[in-house]
Amino acid sequence: MNRYVIIGNSAAAIGAIQGIRSADTEGSITVITDEPYHTYSRPLISYWLEGKVADENMYYRDKNFYTDNNVEVLYSRRAEKIGKSHVTLDGGEKLPFDKLLAATGSKPFVPPMKGLDKVKNSFTFMTWDSVKAIKKKVKKHTKVLIVGAGLIGLKAAEALYHLDADITVVDLADRILPSILDEDAGRIMQKHIESKGTKFILGTSVEEFSEKSAKLTNGDSVDFDLLIVAVGVRPNTELISQAGGKVDKGIITDDTQLTTLKNVYAAGDCTVSHDCSSDTDRILALLPNAFMQGEVAGKNMAGVEAHYVNAIPMNAIGFYGLHIITAGSYDGEAFTEQDAEKEVYKKLVFKDGLLKGYILMGDVARAGIYTSMIKERIPLADVDVELLKTRPQMMMFGRARRLEKLGGITQE
Amino acid sequence: MKKVYVNEDWCLACHLCEYYCAAANSGAENMIKAFSGGKKPIPRIKVEEGSAINFAVQCRHCDEPACVKGCITGALSVKDGVISCDESRCVGCYTCVLSCPYGCIVISDESKVIQKCDLCIKNNNGDPACVKGCPNGAIVLEER
Repeated sequence: MNRYVIIGNSAAAIGAIQGIRSADTEGSITVITDEPYHTYSRPLISYWLEGKVADENMYYRDKNFYTDNNVEVLYSRRAEKIGKSHVTLDGGEKLPFDKLLAATGSKPFVPPMKGLDKVKNSFTFMTWDSVKAIKKKVKKHTKVLIVGAGLIGLKAAEALYHLDADITVVDLADRILPSILDEDAGRIMQKHIESKGTKFILGTSVEEFSEKSAKLTNGDSVDFDLLIVAVGVRPNTELISQAGGKVDKGIITDDTQLTTLKNVYAAGDCTVSHDCSSDTDRILALLPNAFMQGEVAGKNMAGVEAHYVNAIPMNAIGFYGLHIITAGSYDGEAFTEQDAEKEVYKKLVFKDGLLKGYILMGDVARAGIYTSMIKERIPLADVDVELLKTRPQMMMFGRARRLEKLGGITQE
Repeated sequence: MKKVYVNEDWCLACHLCEYYCAAANSGAENMIKAFSGGKKPIPRIKVEEGSAINFAVQCRHCDEPACVKGCITGALSVKDGVISCDESRCVGCYTCVLSCPYGCIVISDESKVIQKCDLCIKNNNGDPACVKGCPNGAIVLEER
């Protein structure tokens, strides 16, 4: 009987449990988590903070998930060291494994900033506990300074906006959401968020903090009651690197999610993925990616061969009611359409006869058809490009491909 | 498993399937009530019209469903091969809209959460409303 050990309890870990159990109902599965919670959805923390999601809806899988899948969970425990056939837990206890998964995720990156130690109400935005701590400190008109105008910083801003906080966002970059939006789309989103009362100070960083104020490099200063540092995340790779496994920007795996260590797999935000839209290796810290990598890892751990391929960056996210869906890479020839007044933006990027990436803002309907074009690398020569540009639709595919996709009755 | 398939040579683009679908999932007793009083329930099936060909598209209930795997809340799940959404757990992030290769996840005008075809297992319709309502026999429920 196989002994499976999983470090982590979020999307990649759950994917692995489902993957293992699809192939092996007998082996023992032990999950080690440093949090006290049943698996919950990390992207929901902002929804929880704003009050849109209640405690009971935070959970990523239902209450019976562990018992149904015969999983033992060690809550509030830390894995300290990975050995050849065992994991050492805090306190020195050794947990033997035949197959191990590192689903260790990432942690907030807090760069050294002068005076940061003087700020008592300084938070990051990553875990349920972090938003629980923030919620205690926020009232109507609480002055909040957020450092970082990326996905995490702006999700935090949105939640705090719903709590009627006064929000200022500072970022060194001169535009918001640079990881997923281009300049034009970023401008529309920035204007949208500003129209709700959230202030941006861009192209600027914090020179020095005092307890309740930040002096900026542009000479301004911003007073705050509460600070959120959301400049980025870093993968938790230490356990693997200390065990001698290869780590670059994140943990290196093959496409079965096996690390360079025997019997040790890794999945999720802690790993490096191959982005097939840009043909580059990068961290794709995205929940769908984590789940699917975990599932592939689980299957392989249980002896069923599976490969994780066709990964791309992709995000579906909304801020203050304005939705965006983006995918792929933006290096190539662009086709754009926009109506800034209506907050609608579309960008399609073509290269090498393929759709490589897209940005849809406002009208996001059926975006997945574009996603499939990128992931499946369907040649533009095989589709009606004019229809593709109009909107995502199955009509753009030739009859044969469409019938194959939709399983229709062929008349040939 | 039996799934809904559309014969694109027989589809008239009459859009009746969309109305039957929307009405069946609206909770209203009948079509008239479903669309009365300014309400506009939205269908989970979509008719695409072309110059020479038309067809309806709805959830394929994939064996490897990208929508379910990508769902950030766990609202989407598979039971006995049927993919359905627990709308009370959907926050409207639209990761499933991003993921579905067929464009078959729709967004509710009212609640902004998502809706999708669940083969009419949650309403009292019995067989899928689109299949029953198609006047030209273009939409079928069958094993393939």
